[in-house]
Amino acid sequence: MSAPAAASVGGATAPDPAAAVDMSVRLTAPAGTVDLAAGVLTASGCAAAGRELDPYLDLTTLGGVVTKTIMRGARSGRPTPRMAETPSGMLNSIGLQGPGIAHFLAHDLPWVAERGARAVVSVAGEDVEEFVDIARTLRAATSDDGPLGRPGTDGGVLAAVEVNISCPNVANRGLVFACDPGSAAEVVAAVRAATDPRVPVLAKLSPDVTDIVAIARSVLAAGADGLVMVNTLLGVAIDVDRGAPVLSRVTGGLSGPAIRPVAVRCVWQVTAAMRAGLLPTVPVVGVGGVRTGRDAAELVLAGASAVQVGTVTFGDPGAPARVRDELAAVVRHHGLGSLAGLVGRAHDAVRDGGHP
Amino acid sequence: MSAPAGVLPAARPAQVTAPVVVADRLGGYAHLVIADPVLAQALPGQFVAVAVGDRQSSMLLRRAFSVHRADPAAGTLEVVVAAHGAGTAWIAGRRAGDELDVVGPLGTRFVLPPAGGRVVLVGGGYGSAPFAWTAQAAVAAGVRVDAVVGAGDADRLCDVDGVRAVVGAAGGQVLVTTDDGSAGEPGRVTDALARLLEEPVPTTVAACGPMAMLAAVARTAAAAQERTGAPVDVQVAVEEAMACGIGICMTCVLPVRGADGATRMVRACTDGPVIDAAAVRWDCVGAHGASVPADAVGAPEGGAA
Ligand SMILES: Cc1cc2nc3c(=O)[nH]c(=O)nc-3n(C[C@H](O)[C@H](O)[C@H](O)COP(=O)(O)OP(=O)(O)OC[C@H]3O[C@@H](n4cnc5c(N)ncnc54)[C@H](O)[C@@H]3O)c2cc1C
Ligand SMILES: Cc1cc2nc3c(=O)[nH]c(=O)nc-3n(C[C@H](O)[C@H](O)[C@H](O)COP(=O)(O)O)c2cc1C
Ligand code: FES
Repeated sequence: MSAPAAASVGGATAPDPAAAVDMSVRLTAPAGTVDLAAGVLTASGCAAAGRELDPYLDLTTLGGVVTKTIMRGARSGRPTPRMAETPSGMLNSIGLQGPGIAHFLAHDLPWVAERGARAVVSVAGEDVEEFVDIARTLRAATSDDGPLGRPGTDGGVLAAVEVNISCPNVANRGLVFACDPGSAAEVVAAVRAATDPRVPVLAKLSPDVTDIVAIARSVLAAGADGLVMVNTLLGVAIDVDRGAPVLSRVTGGLSGPAIRPVAVRCVWQVTAAMRAGLLPTVPVVGVGGVRTGRDAAELVLAGASAVQVGTVTFGDPGAPARVRDELAAVVRHHGLGSLAGLVGRAHDAVRDGGHP
Repeated sequence: MSAPAGVLPAARPAQVTAPVVVADRLGGYAHLVIADPVLAQALPGQFVAVAVGDRQSSMLLRRAFSVHRADPAAGTLEVVVAAHGAGTAWIAGRRAGDELDVVGPLGTRFVLPPAGGRVVLVGGGYGSAPFAWTAQAAVAAGVRVDAVVGAGDADRLCDVDGVRAVVGAAGGQVLVTTDDGSAGEPGRVTDALARLLEEPVPTTVAACGPMAMLAAVARTAAAAQERTGAPVDVQVAVEEAMACGIGICMTCVLPVRGADGATRMVRACTDGPVIDAAAVRWDCVGAHGASVPADAVGAPEGGAA
């Protein structure tokens, strides 16, 4: 590795946007494929439904807007404080505040469609029925002759469904779906069955598990077309002056650059299992602590076909577009013409004898 | 300027890297003048969100500051900064010639009454930062202005001279209060406000300061309205902990009653910071955050206190 050149990539030097790098990514569904313009997307809960970011970047140049997780009804979320800044990160306990699926379909998704951008719609439920209900409602609203374009294809706003299984399963003693291979598989199978077969279904996994490969195996067996890794890690911050927890509900999800090594590890482990033939091979979307193109490249080199940019967008609303350009520069630095060429390369380096 | 500030359209916000052209003090606060043509279009009541440190900073979140003054002709925006925690200490330490990464102008603005109307400005601590400028806009629009400037102690009073220069020159009253009596009259801003509201004329109150003060201002205004029979419209610029300032994170919410009578947890950064005090569910707003009223839209069954 030539250190001096690498040091200029994704850092202070602006990448040359004219130099062509194919940044697109293809997702596959049981009855179709979806080509995203770029393998860089927003992350759920860190972009609302896209509209608020419009002044700061061109949403049509991203792979898509991953929406805040939508549930069936309106949800008020948790009391405040819901946020605590931590070193290179933050804790949040929003509690999935949102207007519900009907409002989302009437107001938010049409805006994304009108803007010419694409949406990956994140869905969740407190039980399997709620997941199914939302998936069905979404399918009905994005039918072929509807105003939102044909689902799954280049014409339509709906690029994929992301199943957020990081919420507690009320039917199962509040155990988080993503922490139990059985519940995780049940939800993913149900959403897959209720979703248009041309639309990929992605399962978003929690890093707060002992064996992420086991969870990945169960959701892939249940029909997930891709994996998104990772959601936030559970944490607590205490206000030392007050001698009390900062967050109203004590615990919150940790995100931001502080968690990047965990995200890279999860992508690495699951990709290694795929390469070893222990899991079916599907696209992995890396998320966790991406601040620069070099950060995104870590996830890609570990096996991610695409990345999402989350918390960093709060401080730098143009970040998703910047990360895309910086990531293109890393691809070019490696002498490659496409993002796809970079995927999983760090595994090859290990196989070929590790570090020079 | 003939139209009241409140009727001007808000500028589309932008993320800019802008130079600090003046860094000095305003009483106990740091005062920064930032040069940028987009930020300079801010209106009274709006805020900006300032990044801390450089791209490698471990403090990822922006800090919000109400706009002290914006001058579209000069292309400048000014903020007043209290060095409170690590982030504001860094921002307060900027010098002329340094650059800041700023997003703005953000949020809603004060809506002044039409010409011939009356506004009373109430600022607590650095909450009075926008009021010399707001008063200027009001005077220019033919609105009568009085003001209360208060703080815990003399050191935390903000821009009393600036407010006096504008309000006093226009014939209005400026009352100064401190909790400990170290300057002005001893007591709370609401004591002074109650006196200014004895006059039975329709009044707009524009208030900015800590949440507890805003709640007390709302109560004081409601009591005055009952006593005199003259309507008092209270607009408060709320200060909720904000992670993004642009409406994407949902951290800054507080319970507010909508036009339909239903309470929702609304975003202070995009639906505010200036909101109608009568719509805020003050019963659910405390010193360290807000609870979700049991009757709020989408509240968990049985409420989430
Ligand atoms: C609309 C608005 C206008 C403001 N105007 C001014 C102003 O004119 N002058 C001024 O000095 N300060 C102002 N503040 C408060 C200032 O933004 C906070 O003091 C600051 O965010 C706390 O940051 P810190 O680095 O000092 O503290 P830390 O404790 O290090 O802050 C950590 C994090 O918590 C958040 N946070 C904690 N407390 C608050 C709070 N009370 N309000 C908002 N965010 C908080 C911060 O955004 C930050 O992300 C304003 C805040 C808001 C929301
Ligand atoms: C304020 C906030 C809200 C979030 N809301 C959701 C959500 O609704 N659904 C979801 O799947 N993930 C949610 N996440 C997790 C992010 O999508 C992402 O997985 C995580 O933050 C790690 O990425 P990051 O470090 O780039 O932020 C949220 C994160 C934050 C910080
Ligand atoms: S601060 Fe992020 S939504 Fe208001």
